[in-house]
This record gives sequence, structure tokens and C-alpha cells, in this order.
Amino acid sequence: MYKILKKKQLAPAIYLMEVEAPRVAHAAQPGQFLIVIVDEKGERIPLTICDYDAGKGTVTIVIQAIGASTMRIVELEEGDSFADFVGPLGHPSEFIHYSPEKLASTRFLFVAGGLGAAPVYPQVKWLAEHGVQADVIIGAKNAGLVLLEEEFRTLTPHVHIATDDGSKGYKGLVTNLLKELVENEGKQFDLVVAIGPMIMMKFVALTTRELNIPTIVSLNTLMVDGTGMCGACRVTVGGKTRFACVEGPEFDGHQVDFDEAMRRQGMYRTIEERKRAIEAERAAGHKCNIGL
Amino acid sequence: MANKIPRVPAREQDPAVRATNFEEVCYGYNLEEAQLEASRCLGCKKPRCAEACPVSVQIPAFIHALTEGDVAAAARIIAQDSLLPSVCGRVCPQENQCEGSCILGVKGEPVSIGQLERFVGDWGREQGLTLAEPAPHNGHRVAVVGSGPAGLACAADLAKLGYEVTIFEVLHRAGGVLQYGIPEFRLPKKAVVEPEVENVRRLGVKIETDVVVGRTVTIDQLLDEEGFEAVFIGSGAGLPRFMGIPGENLNGVVSANEFLTRTNLMHAYDEAYDTPIYTGDRVVVVGGGNVAMDAVRTARRLGAEASIVYRRSEAELPARREEVHHAKAEGIDFRMLTNPVEILGDDRGWVTGIRCIRMELGEPDESGRRSPVEIPGSEFDIPCDVVIMALGTSPNPLIAATTPGLETNRRGCLTATAEGATTREGVFAGGDAVTGAATVILAMGAGRKAAAAIDAYVKGKA
Repeated sequence: MYKILKKKQLAPAIYLMEVEAPRVAHAAQPGQFLIVIVDEKGERIPLTICDYDAGKGTVTIVIQAIGASTMRIVELEEGDSFADFVGPLGHPSEFIHYSPEKLASTRFLFVAGGLGAAPVYPQVKWLAEHGVQADVIIGAKNAGLVLLEEEFRTLTPHVHIATDDGSKGYKGLVTNLLKELVENEGKQFDLVVAIGPMIMMKFVALTTRELNIPTIVSLNTLMVDGTGMCGACRVTVGGKTRFACVEGPEFDGHQVDFDEAMRRQGMYRTIEERKRAIEAERAAGHKCNIGL
Repeated sequence: MANKIPRVPAREQDPAVRATNFEEVCYGYNLEEAQLEASRCLGCKKPRCAEACPVSVQIPAFIHALTEGDVAAAARIIAQDSLLPSVCGRVCPQENQCEGSCILGVKGEPVSIGQLERFVGDWGREQGLTLAEPAPHNGHRVAVVGSGPAGLACAADLAKLGYEVTIFEVLHRAGGVLQYGIPEFRLPKKAVVEPEVENVRRLGVKIETDVVVGRTVTIDQLLDEEGFEAVFIGSGAGLPRFMGIPGENLNGVVSANEFLTRTNLMHAYDEAYDTPIYTGDRVVVVGGGNVAMDAVRTARRLGAEASIVYRRSEAELPARREEVHHAKAEGIDFRMLTNPVEILGDDRGWVTGIRCIRMELGEPDESGRRSPVEIPGSEFDIPCDVVIMALGTSPNPLIAATTPGLETNRRGCLTATAEGATTREGVFAGGDAVTGAATVILAMGAGRKAAAAIDAYVKGKA
């Protein structure tokens, strides 16, 4: 059992939890993820790692209640435990293998959409610990959903906020802010790392292709075991089938077949659930740009 | 003198009923039936059956105890060599092993050794018989990677020799393929697998679940930082193969590993559990092995019309005869000499069918099997909503990739001697991780051999 030591609400339906998991904390590196199971009847849910402390033996996750399983998880309180907490999984981010010279000379931009702020955080933190102050765009629907802003500001002075409704920072999509930074503010980037909803990563990749900036994305596919034994997470990258759980989750964003990945993500969404989700989104004032 | 009666049949659930539930198909023997069947054994002086058992169960001895009516003694005899009699009695391909060598099989039907072993295993468990006692510690520690049949057998033997053994398991439940692969209707999890795993724990073996060796901890860390003197790798062959044909990433195409993991390990067929499964109305399973039979029979139980598509003919089906027979009785449609060339989908990316080509058998290849050859222009479509790929599996590359000095062959299998020694000192391996996908009992045999080799290695060092 893996005990929850701390629980904090970050935004409506979004919670941060610090969990006792010494082995995972000891081994975790930026870019990796884990799988949790809430209890005996729970499913295996992939989650990103937001932070880890080998000394304390703790791992921090950020989770949004979006379905039946995640709702059950956010009902857990401090002192409760997860039945299972497996990881770290996947490859660490490639930049942790860079030479000190390459690290110092690379200009990084991280684009964090929504919950994507959580997995971006340990990457920016690792870089800060290695003397690199990366640029970070935090994108959200509105000011209330901007995650981890203060935490990012302690790591780097270059934090940019974009909200769909303009209630905080730049008004508009992260892709527009990205273009704005490059084209109008004279910023130059050697590597963009985009993590967030699949649709956001797709459009960041399209934007950076235009701008000719290499781009890494972290794919949040469906997963079952997360260890390479089932292929539920398979994606097409550069025309080849890859398993996101063991060969990723980070891939070259310009090589990913996002349309296929998004379609496969919806495989277990029943027609009823889809309808309900779309209705709820529309009622909340969301205008869908991809025609759902 | 042996009783010259026909083989005693084991009772089974009616096919029409069982095709709608996940309860065990075969009910096995009761005491009376078991004693009657046991009475057929000739009690050979040089028992060919025991020689053919990969874990060397003393078959005539346990059967003799059974004819005397001493089931507890029979259970203790089996326990000397195997702690998984209820598992092996159910899933071993006995026709190729013990029963295949039984002298009675030359002119008639061999003794039903598997059913007898199963009866003894089940009886011992139901009576709460303690078969395994921890041995005094010898002061040495060994790590075992994987809690499947190879790892459990290796750990049990080492524990009996006094080793302090920790098994590291990647999934949340111990048992490997016994948990995630073989369905409930062939191998009940709570009633059979879990208690037999518990018997291994009773020997003092510690099982740490949720540990991904290669990620959570490496083999080097186990040896250098955690104080283990040797490691046994029994990580299996869990990496599924796909065909590489167009349409394979459509929604509705899954590997048999995914389909079976959702149903067996995650209980997706039970609404009380959170994990979903998508079955559709018509399912096509590609492949002809036991995994294909398990997948197609599972799909049937989830309410689908289900078919097997296999490129060779029925005579070449690699699955056990018994499983093919069970599948047919449950209404599975077999399409032989048929090979998929493309998976068809609708404009939203969901499977609508599978395009196949008819095959004929050509000349025998180097393995002696007649290889299938396409008949040009014979393509045809089978409409379906789900395609399950059961084409076999290979070892997961993660452990080899994160352990310096550990060599693999071109199929990704770990290189190891017959005793289980790998190319890395102190690291041993066995089961599917070395051979590629094989059987439960061969993996257990490899685990036992490696345990002996590890004992010799550790004692030789000291």
C-alpha cells in the first residue's frame, strides 16, 4: 500500500497528492510516468510524475477527476492509500543525457497545456538544478486553471501564461503565444517540449514545424500494463508502430500521427459517454475547434 | 494388480451453458473417481511418466498413495517437486509429457495423470494441508525477477535450501501468465492460483509486486546495493507480435495479451471492476495456439460470435487438442488455410472487417511443417468489429537493455546454458525469457534447474 501524505486542491477537480513510494522516488527521472490502482477493483491508470524526493521517499502526482476511476482517486484523503503505485515507467527525457556544453547552449521552451504542467515541472526543475533557465508557457482555459505558476517562477524567470479567455496573461492559444514569442519578441528556441492534451500537442507540433524548431511531445495514450506487454498504447511515429509505454512516452512531435493517436484514445469511450461529455463541455461554454 | 478398466472421464460443464459464463469448464474428479482412475496405474519399476515430467514429480508413488486412499500422502509426495499441482494438473500439455509417455497409452488410453494431480492438489488445499515449511536460513540472499511459473519454482526450491528469496513482480498480482494470460474458465484465480502462490510465500519467499526491474530497480542495483548474491530472471515472453498489415492500428484491433489481461487480471468481464473491454458483436482471432483459443473462448463468453483465422490446416493447429475440442463445442467457427492481408475500417477509424487470402499447404520446410502458400486472387472479406492478434510473443527487451553483459539472441531471448547460467556472472535465467513462449511446466522445470545451479554457484563462492 502506498500512503497519501499530502493532498491539495489546485483547481476545480484538480488535486495534487504526495505519495509514499520509496522505490519509485529513488528511481524517478524527468519525463517518466507511473501507473496507479486505487483499490482491489480499480483499473490501472497512467499518471505523470510531477515531483519526487528520493530522500523523503515520496512522489507527487497531479490528477484531474474526469471519469469514474479518477473521481474515485480524488476522493482519497491524506492517510488513505493507493493499492498499487508502479514506476517509474518509460524513458527519461533525452536532455538528461546531454553533455554539459550542449545543455548550457540549448534554449528550451516548454509548453504545458492544462494538466501537462505537472509533467513539465520536473523537467524544468531538473534543468534549473543544472543551471538552465528554460522558458515555460503555461496554457489553460482560464486563470483558475493555471497550474503550478508559483512553483515554475521559483525555477525560472521566463514564465509565460496563456488563457483561452484572457483572464490571465496572453489571451489565446499556446500556439499563438509561441509564435508571438518567436516572431515578435525575438525569442529563439532550439528545442520545444510540449505536454498537454493530444490536440494541443498536435497544433504545437504543426506550429514548430513551420518555425523549424525540433519538438518533443509526451504521449498520453491508453495503457493497461504500461510495461510493453499488450500494445494498447501503440502509436505510429515516423510510419512505424511504437509502444508509448516502453519506447516513449516522449517522441519527435513532427513524426507522430496525432489523428490516429487521438482516435485510438477514444476507443473505450462509449457513445453515451461521448455525448454526455460533449454536452457538458458545450454547457460550460467550450467551442470545439475539431468538429466533435 | 492394475485394474483393466477404461479411463475414467472427468466431469465437465455443459457446452451451451459454459459458453455464457466464466466458471471452470472441467469439474475434475471426486475421490471415488480419482481412486478408480488411480487403480489403472501399473506402477512401473522404471516409470517413463516421471522421466517425461519436466519437474520430475514422482508420479507412480503419488498414484500409489491415492489407490491406498491416503490423499495427504499423495499431496506430500507431489509437494516435494512442485508447489503448483492444481495449476499443472489443469494446464500442462500432459499428452506431450507424462501421459504421452505412459505405457498404457501404447495400446489404449494413458492414465489420466493430470486429472489425478489436480484432484490431489485441490483436495490438499481444501483440507488446509500444510505442505511447505520454511527451512532454517543459510545466510544467503537471492533475487528472482518475475513471479510466473519459472520464478515461483526457482524461489520455492531455493527457499527449501534455506535461501532468503525475494521475488520482484512487475504486475500487481503474482503468478505471471497464470494471472493475466490463462482465463478463469481454465484456471480459477482466487480458488487455485492465489492459494498455490501462497504456498510459495509460506516457505518464507517474499513477493514484492509493482516493481519494474529495469526501471524501478536494475539488476546491478539488486546485486551491488541490495545485497543479493545471485539473480534469477524469469521474466517470461510478454511482448506481443503484430502482423504489420494495413489497418492494424484501427480501433478494435487488440493483441491477445491486451484482451486477456483486461479480462483475466483486471476482471473486465465483471461490472464491479473499473477496467473496460470492447468486444463488439463479431470477433475474429488471428492465430492457432493456446492463446488464440483462450482469446476466442473469452470473446464468446462476452457474447460475441467468434472465429479463429489460421493460415495452416487443422492438423497443424499448435493449440492443445482438448482446447480446440472445447472451443468447437462452444460454437467457435474455425477458418483454416486463411491469412489476413488487411484490416478494414470505416471513416471514423473503427474495424468493419478483415480481408483474408486463402492458402494451400506447400512443401515441408526445414522444421518439417508444410508451409502455407497464398492462392493468388483468392482474397475475401470477413465482416467483424474486433480483431484479436494472437500471433505469439517474444521476451520484453527491457531487462537485457538495462543490464550490461547480458546477451540475447536475434529473437530477443536471453542466452543461457541448460542449467540457466547467462553471460553475466551471478545472473541466471529460465523459462520463456530464454526459450521464447513455451509451456508452464517447461518454465517450472527451468526454474528448478536454475535453483540447483544458483545453489552451486553461491556455495562455490563462499
